[in-house]
Amino acid sequence: MFTERLTRLKRLPFPLGTPDWPGQVPRPPERGDLGVNYGTDWARRYPVRLARAAYTEAVTRPLVAAVAKPAVEGLDRFENVEGPVIFAANHSSHLDTPVITSVLPDRWRHKLVTLAAADYFFDTKLKAVYFSFALNAIPIERLKVSRRASDKAEELLAEGWNLLIFPEGGRSPDGWGQRHNAGAAWLSVRSGRPLVPLHVQGTGRLWPRGARRIYTGHTAVTFGRPVWPDAPRQQVAARLETAIAELADETSTDWWSARRRAAAGSTPSLLGPTAASWRRSWALGPSPKDRARRRSPAGEKVWPPKP
Amino acid sequence: MPRPGFVLEVDRSTPPVLMWHGEGYRLERLPADRSRVVYAPEPLAPLADPDEAIRRALLEPLGDSAPLPELLFAGMRLTIAFDDLSLPLPPMRRPDNRQRVIEAVLDLAAAAGVDDVVLIAALGLHRRMTDAELRHALGDRIFDAFSPSGRLRQHDAEGPEGLTYIGKTDHGEDVEVSRRVAESDLLVYVNINLVAMDGGHKSTSTGLMSYKSVRHHHNVRTLQHSRSLMDRPHSELHSSAWRIGRLLGQHVKVFQIETTLNNDAFPSNMAFLQKREWEWGVRDRASYLASSQGLSLLSPTARRNIFHSIKAPHQMTSVQAGEVEAVHTRTIANLHRQQVVDVEGQSDVVVFGLPHVGPYNVNSIMNPLLVMCMSLGYWFNMYIGKPLIRPGGVIIVSHPTPWAFHPVHHPSYIDFFEEVLSATTDPLEIEKTYEERFATDDWYRHLYRTSYAYHGVHPLYMWYWGAHALEYAGATIIVGGNRRAVRRMGFRPASTLADALEMAEDHVGRDPSVTYFHCPPVMLANVH
Repeated sequence: MFTERLTRLKRLPFPLGTPDWPGQVPRPPERGDLGVNYGTDWARRYPVRLARAAYTEAVTRPLVAAVAKPAVEGLDRFENVEGPVIFAANHSSHLDTPVITSVLPDRWRHKLVTLAAADYFFDTKLKAVYFSFALNAIPIERLKVSRRASDKAEELLAEGWNLLIFPEGGRSPDGWGQRHNAGAAWLSVRSGRPLVPLHVQGTGRLWPRGARRIYTGHTAVTFGRPVWPDAPRQQVAARLETAIAELADETSTDWWSARRRAAAGSTPSLLGPTAASWRRSWALGPSPKDRARRRSPAGEKVWPPKP
Repeated sequence: MPRPGFVLEVDRSTPPVLMWHGEGYRLERLPADRSRVVYAPEPLAPLADPDEAIRRALLEPLGDSAPLPELLFAGMRLTIAFDDLSLPLPPMRRPDNRQRVIEAVLDLAAAAGVDDVVLIAALGLHRRMTDAELRHALGDRIFDAFSPSGRLRQHDAEGPEGLTYIGKTDHGEDVEVSRRVAESDLLVYVNINLVAMDGGHKSTSTGLMSYKSVRHHHNVRTLQHSRSLMDRPHSELHSSAWRIGRLLGQHVKVFQIETTLNNDAFPSNMAFLQKREWEWGVRDRASYLASSQGLSLLSPTARRNIFHSIKAPHQMTSVQAGEVEAVHTRTIANLHRQQVVDVEGQSDVVVFGLPHVGPYNVNSIMNPLLVMCMSLGYWFNMYIGKPLIRPGGVIIVSHPTPWAFHPVHHPSYIDFFEEVLSATTDPLEIEKTYEERFATDDWYRHLYRTSYAYHGVHPLYMWYWGAHALEYAGATIIVGGNRRAVRRMGFRPASTLADALEMAEDHVGRDPSVTYFHCPPVMLANVH
């Protein structure tokens, strides 16, 4: 049901649906009250929070547990932080937000605001209402955070809400990570609140961008140590990007190997190899679809064959 | 206020872009963060009263020329030559610019009592126009008044009885022109300037001369040294045409009338074809889906018939008349106002989506040679300054490139493709070994003169047209083309644009920069 619901809400691809607007081209004034202008304050009123908590506990978490089976690591690394934080994660699937929400301890889970792309999640009334309710989402621009959106985010931090932000600005087109936008670091520096890096592994394989169905499987969420904004914005942004890459390394190997590589400065980049597109996709290994077809053990490369 | 052209840097939020693919189109996604799309300026506002503008142009000519009424007198021999069906593209809705201008000229001629008036379609070595095509270009009034009496003619570059040898230019170029033109008291040339290559002395020195003259500017040397064909001061082809035209001007008084069009190339139900993709509304998306799905169900012939029935809502944006060179200078300025797009720097790869029609396949088939000529000859040369790609860059062309030829229109193309290209694709070698044979073949000559066939030498000219690009580019890849036909021309076939971009990396290295030239509508890249 969850899958069906999300699939129905998923925007139809261009040309069936509306086209994306290139970042370089200035948009004409927003029409009416949708997009970045959509007001989401209603979604943080007490009755709605209660309804959302019930929805998260009764619908989202059981479904996520059934579909993505998340394993969680590193919650202890930030539990001592007083006050609100900004969670910053890699982004490869629409499953990321529900997975992160469902693994956060109660203290953060029910006090979490997700920053979501205005052009995608807030372009129709129905979607705007649903995502405001289910994810407590607020609309932001994809490529640069406008004053209006950043003021809103700061205001929410000041009110004690935690934020969830995806600095890559959108889901990965090919399964590999993308360069970060500076929005998360900028927000952290402006508000003085720490960033909590976290890495989600596996969601991109279960429901990649453009896929029509969701596969079931295992995912892993790893939280890192908070990154405090005690340096210029660019440095904070770089530290965040490195921290997430180190968490990815930790998830795929082990903490000690990851630490050694981090100390040596040889943590593998999340951006993937600089090579032809087929090699980038090859390096990711078979997709769940391939695996289902070939019935090979999960995550194992089918080519070259074992000697 | 129409917006100027612009260059879009492709990022992840850029929607797929429309790419022509012969008698159809596709939406293609370009690699983010290293691609750009060059969009044409929006159509300029047309002249509010074109007939009045024409009248004023005839009465107030440019350069060293008297007003047209003063050049007309009873008893004179007046010849009115006009551009053939290769212009404009797609053919424009009635009334065509030629009809408006020639009617205005004939009104003045009638008032001056001129009896001996002949109209000549300046075909050069192109095929003759059918009656329906002439009627469309000139309108019913002119066609019905001149055609039955034989006063509406088509230039014949082969009949010795219809040609007059005028002499040689100081560069030794022969000037042999239509006898009727040579013996006229006044030649009025009526032009439509769709691209910057057209017009000026090229109109007469190509359209009204014989093979003996045309070969001096249509050859591999001039074309390899035309940088570009669309930039006359840097075009060797035009330098030669200018010399020939000036010599003609010493023998015949020429009154040139040139018009420009806006780039409103498609009717309103196909408006999405010239809109920027992110501005497509519901209607545009529905038109795209319905037309592309519908077309995919049809046979190639049915698709071709549909596309060739398109009449463009082009409208006149300027008209100028008088002395050839003064007129042409003003025309080019007006044309640039509509077509020039500033582009910063060159890229490694350029992508062209070829539409259904080019200058030589109006109401006909775009055969593989015309695909080569359109992409490497025309689209590649749509620049001022520098080409869109760096030397050694890769040209990617999207077109089905069928192994198909119109047997009436393009007979010599078939032999050229089968016989010559299977032996060599080197333009110089082709020129040296085959040109004379194709140009003087009696059967081709007969078909050119009496049927509706392009001249025997025309397929060689198509090949020469791309000579500069062949020399300049590292490789040409054709997406979605007939593999045998593509290989025959020495190009590389690819199934998809993504494959072609990967193949291009063999020549220009990893992650090349890509420019997609979003044409048509026609534009001219001013590459800095």
